[in-house]
Amino acid sequence: MRTAMANRLTPYMFMAPAAIIMAIALMYPLGYMVWGSFRDWNPSQTIGEAEFVGLKNYIFLWNDPNFHESLIVTLKFAFFVVTIEMVIGVGLALLLDREIRGISVLRTMFILPMMIAPVVVGLMWRYMYHPTVGTFNRFLDSIGLPRVDWLGDHALTSVIIADIWQWTPFIFILSLAALQSLPRSALEAARIDGATAWQQIIHIKLPLMMPVLIVTALLRLIDAFKVLEVILVMTEGGPGLSTEILALRISRTATEFRELGVAAAMSNYLLILLLLLTVGMFAFNRWQEARAARLNALVEEES
Amino acid sequence: MSTPNSRANLAFYAVIALLVFMSVGPVLLMFINSFKLDVDIISGTSGLIFMPTIQNYEQALCDVLWYEPEHLDFCSLKFGGAFINSLIIALISTALTLVIGCMAAYALVRFRFMGRDTVSLSTLMVRMVPPAVLLVPVFGLWNNEFCLDRDGLIGGAIRDTFGGRGDVCLAGTHSGIILIYVAMNLPFVIWILQSFIVQVPRSLEEAARVDGAGPFQVFFKVVLPLIKPGLAAAAIFTFRIAWNEYLLASALSDRDTRTVPILIVNNMSEFNVEWGVIMATGMLLAIPPIIFTLLASRQIITGMTAGAVKG
Repeated sequence: MRTAMANRLTPYMFMAPAAIIMAIALMYPLGYMVWGSFRDWNPSQTIGEAEFVGLKNYIFLWNDPNFHESLIVTLKFAFFVVTIEMVIGVGLALLLDREIRGISVLRTMFILPMMIAPVVVGLMWRYMYHPTVGTFNRFLDSIGLPRVDWLGDHALTSVIIADIWQWTPFIFILSLAALQSLPRSALEAARIDGATAWQQIIHIKLPLMMPVLIVTALLRLIDAFKVLEVILVMTEGGPGLSTEILALRISRTATEFRELGVAAAMSNYLLILLLLLTVGMFAFNRWQEARAARLNALVEEES
Repeated sequence: MSTPNSRANLAFYAVIALLVFMSVGPVLLMFINSFKLDVDIISGTSGLIFMPTIQNYEQALCDVLWYEPEHLDFCSLKFGGAFINSLIIALISTALTLVIGCMAAYALVRFRFMGRDTVSLSTLMVRMVPPAVLLVPVFGLWNNEFCLDRDGLIGGAIRDTFGGRGDVCLAGTHSGIILIYVAMNLPFVIWILQSFIVQVPRSLEEAARVDGAGPFQVFFKVVLPLIKPGLAAAAIFTFRIAWNEYLLASALSDRDTRTVPILIVNNMSEFNVEWGVIMATGMLLAIPPIIFTLLASRQIITGMTAGAVKG
């Protein structure tokens, strides 16, 4: 009797520490943030002292051109980063999918960029983009081309390039793994039927890799909204608002403008955006599984 | 027949060489520049012809050096202290996250219990929360609510035993930063470890159960040793985030608990950047992750693929 009781309690005992910590340090803060977003709140007040203002913060942001600007910058950044990284990463995987000697050494070198601190990545690129001493402009000088004002006129592009440098290997490695676990029989059959390399890619490899590719893209997309340190170090959001992504704007609203309520409302907008993406990902996964199950059932019926 | 083939091979290796150069180049550049004097960096005597010097590193580490570098009359950059803070925070939060996350992942995989689906769903949801979103509430809570009141029971006890004011807040302490890092990393660790625990054969556990081992013994003596690769991957990812994180640490730390990323950002935002010293600090911050990458790239890649493919 006592052992049965103990056994029933076991899962809860295993879960308890994680559940408690996440409740205290994640769920409670998130609730607290929603609560705080309805208040006119500055850092020197406790939340109880702050005045309740209803939806004022949300309405203010809804009409705030700066917020729009930064939302657009964020979406642009996320869109370009994910698209370009997917194209390059998957393309390289398709190109390099063969027996390579020393592949493990290569992979080690490719994952180096993403293990290094974002702060340091920003620092390296800020140096390389430097208008006078930077690597790129020195190179342009040496071959006689005019200098480019990387972090001035082309700040967003430069920031996107840095992110592509850091995260393309992630997509490359994942799609290479997906590619190498494809069923050999399908590829073999295609080759025997005389499909060209290009046809194999379009009709067999890409469709079979699709589930992994979509999950990868969504993971990258969600991570693209978390990028902050690289941009902070490289441009501090400037010039103007040209690289001020939402995460950066939240942190500046909270620390520089000292308007915690507005920052909380902004965080909520960002969270809603991400939630929609996540729900989309879930729905897609479910749909994929359902389709696979249906196909399996169909195959079994026929046989 | 052999000519186009070998030409294709040549092109293939050229592409690979270019890719390696592109991914390692910037790191190498920083490494080289960290051994140059600012004069050399700015004057543009490009290439490898320069006198290597460790002055930058001496200046960065001046607060922990046992001798006084003669080119320095004032130690402004307290890098050593920040490095130790970073180390304490990253190591403790990694250890805690692993132990707690491992137990939770085990429960989610092996037991059917009430609320299991809710827990597993919310774990996934929370994974999507960016650190920037946590900034405001964490700042508010850690400064105002997660405090030991001086009149309260524990606060009073601390005041009576250790003296001091007795009202301690989580903000500005190591444990404050550790708490948020553990919470932030838990969903990810649980997610990754689940995919490893599923692979442990049930029969092994049942055999141990028959031999009279309790659930905790089964977990620690049978399951844990079998998922070592997963643990290594999870540990590296957790350590990486805790070691590299800037935003939340900057909101929660005070002068004595500053971590390295904060130090670097603070020195960057000043108008006149001392490239040599900054690159030396950047290099020092990058060294632990680089070592991990070189030692455990296989585990990192396994973890990465498991995390993405087993969505």
